[in-house]
Amino acid sequence: MNLTLKIWRQKDSNAKGQMVDYKVTDISEHMSFLEMMDVLNEQLVNSGEEPVAFDHDCREGICGMCSMYINGEAHGPDRGVTTCQLHMRMFNDGDTITIEPFRAAAFPVIKDLVVDRTAFERIQQAGGYISVNTSGNTQDANAIPISKHAADEAMDAATCIGCGACVATCKNSSAMLFVGAKVSQYALLPQGQVEAVDRVQNMVAQMDLEGFGNCTNTGACEVECPKGISLDNIARMNRELMKAAIK
Amino acid sequence: MVLTFASVLTNILKMTGFFKSSIGRKVAMALSAFFLMFFLIIHLAVNITSLFSEDLFNELSHFMGTNPLVQFALQPVLIFGVVFHFVMGFVLELKNKKAQGVAYAKNNGAANSTWMSRNMILSGLVILAFIVLHFIDFWFPEINTKYIQGDMSGMHDGGFRYFHEMVEKFHNPVRVGAYIVAFVLLGLHLAHGFTSAFQSMGSTAGRKETLQKLGKAYSIIIPLGFIIIALFHHFNH
Repeated sequence: MNLTLKIWRQKDSNAKGQMVDYKVTDISEHMSFLEMMDVLNEQLVNSGEEPVAFDHDCREGICGMCSMYINGEAHGPDRGVTTCQLHMRMFNDGDTITIEPFRAAAFPVIKDLVVDRTAFERIQQAGGYISVNTSGNTQDANAIPISKHAADEAMDAATCIGCGACVATCKNSSAMLFVGAKVSQYALLPQGQVEAVDRVQNMVAQMDLEGFGNCTNTGACEVECPKGISLDNIARMNRELMKAAIK
Repeated sequence: MVLTFASVLTNILKMTGFFKSSIGRKVAMALSAFFLMFFLIIHLAVNITSLFSEDLFNELSHFMGTNPLVQFALQPVLIFGVVFHFVMGFVLELKNKKAQGVAYAKNNGAANSTWMSRNMILSGLVILAFIVLHFIDFWFPEINTKYIQGDMSGMHDGGFRYFHEMVEKFHNPVRVGAYIVAFVLLGLHLAHGFTSAFQSMGSTAGRKETLQKLGKAYSIIIPLGFIIIALFHHFNH
């Protein structure tokens, strides 16, 4: 298939970016979106132009590195997938595809489609962990009884890959789905209880400090999340913070 | 005793910190929304009596308009609730605009969320405009009669004045039209706002379906009730 691509080009974080049109031809419908971008970049390199910078790593849909806002949606029009798992069969021959970086004041553009998502790491560092003595005599986790229901819900929350699609798609650039998932995966388990109060307070404080917006429950994040993280995690985080406030 | 006082004080201070956080503000929005949604039920319950009993409507209006508890305790709280909900709504909207940074060249919001949920500020502004109109129509004249002219009797020409005053207001088709538009927007605001408030308060996943059904019913029944009242009095008198 032949496509017209409208891509955000920005030299560096200080430069003023703009949308630039490109044409790609003979794209196979079996290619992933990133492979299509590879074809474009090969074309650009061959003609002596600067290739389009974009994030990617595992290309298996689990690392959370690839991003891109494709035709007005985070990770494009398909559901439950990251951009690397988005296939060109989702598009038609002759289509014009708009490709932009994830937008949020807390996700500044580094170059072209690459944005700085280290705000997520700082939120994680603020409390997204449990303190375990790893001196060699660590207790077997399976020795602690956990209900199937709680284990499943904690696992569902833990599948968040921190890609930032929730922030990119949110009209308020809120990070609450991400933080909600990270708070929930510990709040649901006995190991998470010891530091529960500090965890939720510190992570929410860091989230606010990073300049993410305020959730208005549109639910867009839940729909666009490649891992199907549920909005219930945000409600759980709210409960956790309310509990922490009166403890 | 001193210890209890100190711990209460610490807790209040901690709560102040809570309400400064993004989630705390969300909770504050939800709490004021609950209060306003409760008020709408009361307001509709009183007004609906005008459809079948002029006397009952007059009695209830007189009670609401002259009872000291309603006038000097509930009314100020209500006004504070409305002002708080609006001011906080605007503050959060401005903060969220700032958090967005550069706007997308192409954004397909309809793919993942409802129009209502994305335009709460718009429906909210229409409701605010309506409240101003509604105050000019009913509240300011009431305050003027009762507290400036000092006439607390609620009487005019030998009978209660409330029903006649309302009917008179609904003669004007432009006003009725404006009210209907505002009520439709109120319905859209509530269609997202009802469940949103519960979500902000951390409602559990198990209650989701029930709350969605309740929200749908509430956001249709309340505005529709007010629309029926306005149309009824426009066409019947």
